[in-house]
Amino acid sequence: MIFARAERRALRAAGGIALGFVLAFVGVATVVLLSHADGAGAPLLDAYTWRVARFTLLQATLSTVLSILLAIPVARALARQRAFPGRVWLLRLSAVPLGLPALVAALGIVEIWGRQGVVNDLLRLAGLASPVSVYGLTGILIAHVFFNMPLAARLMLAALDRIPAEYWLTAANLGMGGGATFRLIEWPVIRRVIPGIAGLVFMLCAASFTIVLTLGGGPAATTIEVAIYQALRFDFDPPRAVLLAFLQIAVTASLLSLGTLLGRPPEEGMTAGRAIRRFDGRRRRPADALVLVLFTLFTAAPLAATVASGLAADFGRLALDPLLHRALVTSLAISFSSASLSLAIALPIVLVPPLAGAADSGTATRLMARALPAMGSLILLVPPVVVATGWFLVLRPFGETGRFAPAVITVINAMMALPFVVRVLEPAYRTHLARTARLALSLGVTGRHRLRWIDLPALRKPFLTAFAFAMALSLGDLGAVAIFGAEGFVTLPWLLFSRMASYRTADAAGIALVLGVLCLLLTLPSTAADRRRQGPADA
Amino acid sequence: MRKTIVSPIAALAASLALPALAQERTLTVYTYESFVADWGPGPKVAEAFEATCACKVTWVGVADGVELLTRLRLEGAGTRADVVLGLDTNLIAEAKATGLFEPHGLSPEGLTVPGGFSDDTFLPYDYGHFAVVYDSETLKDPPASMKELVEGNPDEKIVIEDPRTSTPGLGLLLWVKSVYGDEAGAAWEKLKDRVLTVTPGWSEAYGLFTKGEAPMVLSYTTSPAYHMIAENTERYKAAAFAEGHYVQIEVAGLTKAGKDKALARDFLAFMTGPDFQSIIPETNWMMPAAATRDPLPEAFDRLVKPEKTFLYSPEAVAENRKAWIDEWLSVMSAR
Repeated sequence: MIFARAERRALRAAGGIALGFVLAFVGVATVVLLSHADGAGAPLLDAYTWRVARFTLLQATLSTVLSILLAIPVARALARQRAFPGRVWLLRLSAVPLGLPALVAALGIVEIWGRQGVVNDLLRLAGLASPVSVYGLTGILIAHVFFNMPLAARLMLAALDRIPAEYWLTAANLGMGGGATFRLIEWPVIRRVIPGIAGLVFMLCAASFTIVLTLGGGPAATTIEVAIYQALRFDFDPPRAVLLAFLQIAVTASLLSLGTLLGRPPEEGMTAGRAIRRFDGRRRRPADALVLVLFTLFTAAPLAATVASGLAADFGRLALDPLLHRALVTSLAISFSSASLSLAIALPIVLVPPLAGAADSGTATRLMARALPAMGSLILLVPPVVVATGWFLVLRPFGETGRFAPAVITVINAMMALPFVVRVLEPAYRTHLARTARLALSLGVTGRHRLRWIDLPALRKPFLTAFAFAMALSLGDLGAVAIFGAEGFVTLPWLLFSRMASYRTADAAGIALVLGVLCLLLTLPSTAADRRRQGPADA
Repeated sequence: MRKTIVSPIAALAASLALPALAQERTLTVYTYESFVADWGPGPKVAEAFEATCACKVTWVGVADGVELLTRLRLEGAGTRADVVLGLDTNLIAEAKATGLFEPHGLSPEGLTVPGGFSDDTFLPYDYGHFAVVYDSETLKDPPASMKELVEGNPDEKIVIEDPRTSTPGLGLLLWVKSVYGDEAGAAWEKLKDRVLTVTPGWSEAYGLFTKGEAPMVLSYTTSPAYHMIAENTERYKAAAFAEGHYVQIEVAGLTKAGKDKALARDFLAFMTGPDFQSIIPETNWMMPAAATRDPLPEAFDRLVKPEKTFLYSPEAVAENRKAWIDEWLSVMSAR
């Protein structure tokens, strides 16, 4: 019983609205597409589809395992070393890959790992004759780890940072070694967030398209997402696209439900809110330094390559390009709106499940408490191109479809960002609730006042982080613009691709740099909040 | 939290509040995005045509030719398009099958597209031959034929596009089929070792190529013209193949749903005239389909001019595309 009655009623209503909104938005598009059958009607479950589904699962599983395994030491090192020059910038870097269109990231990775890349140059200098080939499963894995490992590390770090400072004090007093600290303090916390993070990474990799085709080396590397795209384009068979999307969701959902079995109910420790001091930081400094240097090299090198090619662009001309100004304004407006909407939908997803814990919660509440988080993650597997096509059909009778493009894109981006936002907010909120809910209730601080004085100040940082992730994701998304093709409607990724498609590679690289810098700027508020909260003792 | 809810609504409201169009004769042309880009042919074409017609040209640009057809299929008879410009010959059969187009009724006189293409519904406005473009600084002996490409040194790689997702990818598939016929599967078997990777579209392939990842890429004979004129370099060249080159012909047609068919026909006639054709080479980087006002820029004289042109009929492509892609898939997916 951690909520007042009025609060519970309001939360249930909000949960219902969020659930209804998302289901209706996706459902309407799906139904319209299913009824739009004039394709050849190729059999859905042929050998080709199975092969594609198998490869999708294989590469997504490997990518996820690698990303998670590599993220653990990085998160631990970052949690231990709480003050070193550049730490905050390392955290900021983790949002940048999210905001880069896959094509840009792929080219950045090729500059480092490709046939003419830095790694092979070094290997050749070292006297090795045959260079490493990135094209194939290797390339796909490198790219997916590049995208997702920093994200996973960042989310794990957030979990480690929520460990009460008292634990570290006690660990130091007891003289715990590295092994015992990991086993008794860090692993239980990391283990709890792994299913959520792994699920997110898995879905991102399963729905990968450009990376898989470009770096995959040939059609043996094909994901279901490619088949969906194929069904909507050359084959023009919308029902097949929808069925393939269902297949993608079913296959992934069954795998993810295995993952949740491994998850454990949370155990939250109480804290007096003192600043975290890591007494084992000094001892582990050399090892942590090595881990962090490797992490930085791996993450920053392809970004640096992107920056280097971006700097070759003619910025004098680009800066005066009115089209770029318009794209910048449009992209910022859309990503801001979609991040706001995403947060609004994510709130009930995060807030409602704790309601179901109460003894007197009804069946409806318990159902909703299960449905909301499931929706909040599986939405990532709904291909944006399918939803956009469906809504195109829905909106067509209402006049010029191009007018609706900004609204549809905003909603689609908000939904894509939902799983990220939930992953950031949910663990933070759970900890917050465990620490404050009973006290607040016993003091009679409820409703608006609780939100204003207790919840918002404590959740300020996760809010800002989630907002930055959601905005970055939306900024880098080409998505539905391609279908709506409205006159005069340009976003940054759209401009980037259109420059690229007409030989203007330098311009495209310049726009990619603009996107990267924007993503970096987006993370400033959340990391600044970090500093303020920790105070001068360890900033 | 108020802001959270207000901003999407504001975005929606803003999107609905576009100013109403003025009342005058208008022509809505659906095309692909790079045609209407500010450096593309669109703005100049609109200006030139508006000078002859006292009308307003409205462009709607979607991602590419395939997307153009998808868009039409989604809109059906309710489409706002008067003219659809930017399909290629491989899409014609499917475009006609939608029943949305009507015969242009214009004479194909003066058209100079290779491969003897002629159609009662679609008129060509430009064309380009597919070609293997190579980096002359890293590849000293480029292949002189499809046979040499297929059988050449597997260490010298080529980046190609995927026929499932891109027009150039389909072009290469048809090209190999034209040269090898029933032996195409065996040819792909050999070529496979030379293929560095298969990208979803032209941009990814060309990006990898200009980054130096592979010395060859599947592109167009006209690609070097861009590098010569805009970048002043002769580094990138197209390889002339002895067997001949497959051609991509871009076409336009008028819709049954169009409000002002007389104006749409005027536009198609204008399209094959010298005012439109003169704009094409240096903005769309394709070869004009009819006479231009002035001779082509000097760089175009130095491009590969295929002696033999391959082109399957639209019906043959529509009929066999799936089987041929399956053949390609089974060879290229084998380990």
